[in-house]
This record gives sequence, structure tokens and C-alpha cells, in this order.
Amino acid sequence: MLAALTLLLAYQLAGEVTTLVLGLPVPGPVIGMLCLFVGLALRGGPSETLESTATGLLGHLSLLFVPAGVGVMAHAHRIADEWIPIGVALVGSTLIGLAATALTMQLIVRLMRRG
Amino acid sequence: MEHEHVFRIWVYLSTSPLLGLTLTLVAYLGAYRIYERGGGNPLLNPVALAIALLIGFLSLTATPYETYFEGAKFVHFLLGPATVALAIPLYRQLGKLRSLLLPIGVALPVGLVVASFSAVAIARALGASRETLLSLAPKSVTAPVAMGIAEKVGGLPSLTAVLVVSTGILGAVLGTGLFGLLRVTDESIRGVSMGVNAHGIGTARAFQVSPQMGAFSGLAMALSALVTALFLPPLLGLSGLAP
Repeated sequence: MLAALTLLLAYQLAGEVTTLVLGLPVPGPVIGMLCLFVGLALRGGPSETLESTATGLLGHLSLLFVPAGVGVMAHAHRIADEWIPIGVALVGSTLIGLAATALTMQLIVRLMRRG
Repeated sequence: MEHEHVFRIWVYLSTSPLLGLTLTLVAYLGAYRIYERGGGNPLLNPVALAIALLIGFLSLTATPYETYFEGAKFVHFLLGPATVALAIPLYRQLGKLRSLLLPIGVALPVGLVVASFSAVAIARALGASRETLLSLAPKSVTAPVAMGIAEKVGGLPSLTAVLVVSTGILGAVLGTGLFGLLRVTDESIRGVSMGVNAHGIGTARAFQVSPQMGAFSGLAMALSALVTALFLPPLLGLSGLAP
């Protein structure tokens, strides 16, 4: 597990350094993920420990968003002032976005099956 | 005397990162138990419940967010390695990914643009401030990416973090119901839509539904982060909203 966690951090570090050196607008962990993905494709799959560590970490992915979410406290003022536009925009755009993505993808899958 | 003793313990605890860290884990475990007792009902979203519990506690004890975050940042930090770890479920779906390259390649940018610009348009029509609009634009992608974009275009990164988490919770809560209404049954399509619109929180929800939906959600979330980071700042510039 320790080796797997070290590997994940090393890829993240490599990603961060890459974005800094090349001045990329993409965050380091995303580059780290792409590098690991390429690495896995070249190696033919993750080791057992890497697989179980990743499963453990991703199994509680939602926990990791809690600290940022509590930050709503720090913006109580702005949110109290603008809660209608913020609330309607969030609910509306989430529903519209979910529908647009799913229906577009379904349409193309069906067109490809027919074609 | 007794009172003063309790007060001293509190002063010690409230200045140590231990409290914020422990509270975060306790609140999440409690919230997760409630979610499980409720039979996995998406309305009892564990992230939303945990946040509500923590805000209640911090407000009652008059603890500032900054003090809490001193401890909670250790959990927050793990978002980085967790993002890297998404490569593994992604790799597992490599075969399926190849066959769906075109549908994902089209639906992903469509969904991202629709979600971002509909959010900005609705908020603008209802009179939101410019800073709020710019903080809202990157709200569909994972928090570290969205915060970086907000900073770049002139929004408020910490407000964006809150909007990102709210969007994720909304997607996780509303997603499966909406897919049912739209008669979208394919797990890979549901997963992609969840990942594009509700990033990691939607992905966490998707993994609770099925490993396939989770993997596609993780894939879509990662690709969305990449595409949004590259294209949203120039698009906002073109629309005249950002410099």
C-alpha cells in the first residue's frame, strides 16, 4: 500500500512539475493521471497493490470534497445576497447539462448502430 | 474551576489540526451511516449531510472556517492522488472506451459547453454579479481544476469550490432520476453524463450504482477536466465575460 501511495504521489508530482515547466493551463493531478494511464497501457495493467490502493482511495472519493464544501461558510454573505440566481443557475444548468450530454451520446450511439 | 478546565481543553483542541481532521471523518462516517440506513437514497447524499453537520458544529462553537481547514486540509490534499488513481478504473474500461470514442468525443464537449454557458446565462438573467458569473463558469469540473480556472479568469476560487461541490451533489441527487425520465438506460452513457456534469461527487455516486457507470463517470470527469482547462478560459474571453 505504501509503495502504491508513493507511486500515485510521484505521478502527481511529475504532473505538477510538467504543468509548471511547460506553463500548461491544466492542473498537475490531471496530467499525472494521463501519464499513469499511458504507463498502465504500456505495462499491461496495474499491480495488485496499486489496484487495491486505488480502489480504497476512490471508494471514499466523496469524503475528499467535504472540506471544500464546508467553505460555503466563508461565502455566507455573497450566497445570502445572490441565492436566487446561484440556486436557479446550479439546478437548471445541472439538469440541462446532464440531459444534453446523455441525449447527445445516446443519439450518436444509435446512429452508429444503424450505420 | 471545572469550567476553566474544559475551556483550556477547548483552547488546545481548537488550535490543533487534530480537531478539524477528526471532525471531518466523524461527520462523514455519521452521514454515510444515515445514507446506508436510508437504503442508499440519493436524497440523503453523504457529502451534503456531512457538510451540514460540520457547519452546524462550527457555527455552534463559533469556530472560523480557516481554523477548521487547518485540520481538514489533510483530507482535501488527497484529492490530488485520488485524481491520479482514476487512471486505474479508466484503464479497466479501455476496450469499451475504444468502441465509444466517437460518441464520447461529441457528447463530452457538447455537455460541457451547455452546462457552463446555461449556468452563466441563467445567473446573468437573474442579476448575479460578474464575479459570481465567472466563479460559476467552471462549476462542472473537479474542484482543483475549477479553482485554477476561476483564478485565471477573475472569479473567486473559494466560491468556485463551493459551487463545484453543490453542483456535484445536485448531479448525484438528480442524475439517476433524470436518466430514468429520459429513458437513458445504458450504464456507459449514464456514467459519461454524470462525470461531465457532476465530476467526483457524481462519480462517487456512479460507483455506488455499478462499477461500469463509475468507470465511465471517472473517465468523463478526467477528460472534462482536461478539455475545460484548455478551452474554457479562451471561450469566456471570446464571450466577453473574462479578460
